[in-house]
Amino acid sequence: MAHSANPTHSGDGETRRDFLYLAAAGFGALGTALAVWPLIDSMNPSAEVRALSSTEVDLEPVEVGQRITVVWRGKPIFIDRRPQEAIDAARAVPVKDLPDPQTDEERVKKAEWLIMIGICTHLGCIPKGQTAGDPRGEFGGWFCPCHGSHYDTAGRIRKGPAPKNLFVPPYEFTTDTAIFIG
Amino acid sequence: MSGLKTNNAVIRWIEYRLPIFSFIDHAVGSGYPTPRNLNYWWNFGSLAGLALVIMIMTGIMLAMQYTAHVAFAFDSVERIMRDVNSGWLIRYIHTNGGAFFFIVVYIHIFRGLYYGSYKAPRELLWILGVAILLLMMATAFMGYVLPWGQMSFWAATVITNLFSAIPLVGESIVTWLWGGFAVGNPTLNRFYALHYLLPFVIVGAVVLHIWALHRFGSSNPLGIEANGPQDKIPFHPYYTAKDAFGVGVFLLLFAGIVFFAPNLFGEPDNYIPANPLSTPAHIVPEWYFLPYYAILRAIPDKLLGVIAMFGSILILFVLPWIDRSPVRSAKFRPIYKQFFWIFLADCIVLGYIGAKPPEGIFLIIGRLATAYYFLHFFIVFVLSYVEPRRPLPNSIGEAVLKGGGAPSAAVAREKA
Repeated sequence: MAHSANPTHSGDGETRRDFLYLAAAGFGALGTALAVWPLIDSMNPSAEVRALSSTEVDLEPVEVGQRITVVWRGKPIFIDRRPQEAIDAARAVPVKDLPDPQTDEERVKKAEWLIMIGICTHLGCIPKGQTAGDPRGEFGGWFCPCHGSHYDTAGRIRKGPAPKNLFVPPYEFTTDTAIFIG
Repeated sequence: MSGLKTNNAVIRWIEYRLPIFSFIDHAVGSGYPTPRNLNYWWNFGSLAGLALVIMIMTGIMLAMQYTAHVAFAFDSVERIMRDVNSGWLIRYIHTNGGAFFFIVVYIHIFRGLYYGSYKAPRELLWILGVAILLLMMATAFMGYVLPWGQMSFWAATVITNLFSAIPLVGESIVTWLWGGFAVGNPTLNRFYALHYLLPFVIVGAVVLHIWALHRFGSSNPLGIEANGPQDKIPFHPYYTAKDAFGVGVFLLLFAGIVFFAPNLFGEPDNYIPANPLSTPAHIVPEWYFLPYYAILRAIPDKLLGVIAMFGSILILFVLPWIDRSPVRSAKFRPIYKQFFWIFLADCIVLGYIGAKPPEGIFLIIGRLATAYYFLHFFIVFVLSYVEPRRPLPNSIGEAVLKGGGAPSAAVAREKA
């Protein structure tokens, strides 16, 4: 008993007990973090959700000037077979004036086909402009009614609160008239 | 045992082993001395408590009938409305109860702002109250998602997307919140779980709120501390009776809405089942979120808009240190009193703008009103140094007994 009542002192007032306190607390904190992580991670998408990650689309029936919407990962994908005027309009804009500078060429694989995730980069609404009679905004592209973002014929943000252009999903042309998204 | 006198042997037996009767007596009984001059604006604390109880009771009954799955949620709510015995009543009480809960709490908060209830030594009481407001907002939002109508779905989408404004990790956080790549079944399930949990967290926060309240007791319209027994009256029967009267008026209005205009606060679009591929043309949040929504939209930058929106509530946490005036009640702060009313009007304007499309004149008014919202707190800070103050009465008893709170010659002169 006499030993434990008289802890070993090092020169500057620190004791082995201080070290034991710190080591125990540090180990406890680490263990807690490791135990909590599975709880947090359980809220992330599971493998079964992540597996539903690709979509194939046949573009054959789409006519010039027509816009269609398909679903990929539960999100709408806008596919726009753009007429020449729309392509010209998109390419005539000086890139440096854009809020999120990107050339039209960077956003398409074939000039005629604009393929984008149809979700406003502001707060996730679906912009209008896919069906006939929809408002297309001041730049002839898409218009988000929730908070007033205007997108141009290349899906680039031109006016309104959205910070980014409509995202282009990863996709490939498998044939001249079919794409694979994902 | 102090104050508890009873001849009932059973109560004495229990009290000796578990002093619960004296605890209740000290909390809301004759053993809790309360300022004698509380006006009707002090009714809203107990009304908020009542609203919370109503919400939890009806919520538990609804939970027994509701199915938290994207394929069944909408139909299960319609089944509650059509088939479940009294289901329509329980659901209308629950949905409108949320709206009334916010009405009561907002009045409660503005009462605190007017009478300076947030000042020392009640800062923690105030902070707990703001925390309760935030918890209420989270709970109300997740509850609104559960019927899985169009407004539910797009509210869930827009609100969760607020977190995507966070640099670097925003997108990962949103995916984590969703449990998928869009709002879907995992989202609905977790919102249901949290919507059930959070009300009990609110109960916990309310217990702390009342605990902090009882440390120094209620503030009062004069904003001066009660000096002695002549300034206070027992909570029971005086304020139990007054609160009960308030409950009667509250229930009258509440029943009026539940039975005669149950969809007044609702959006017709929420009776359309959720469609992830089509956003309704005009989405608006519930009325109690409109001012924050107006602030969000007033700022043309996504991140700054989100920061301003959250900041508009978070700034309330530090209000006790922004307002440095030693006088609590606006009664004795002639200039602050005017700015209080301007601030209230500004909040109402923001609410109005939040319901309008963000374009043209509405956008301009929204921006001005947002700027003023934050300017108000700067004005309050400056006022607390420069404002001329009216003299305070010597005691509550003196002010009340002489009538009209005119104890000193100075106040009498101002009135003349």
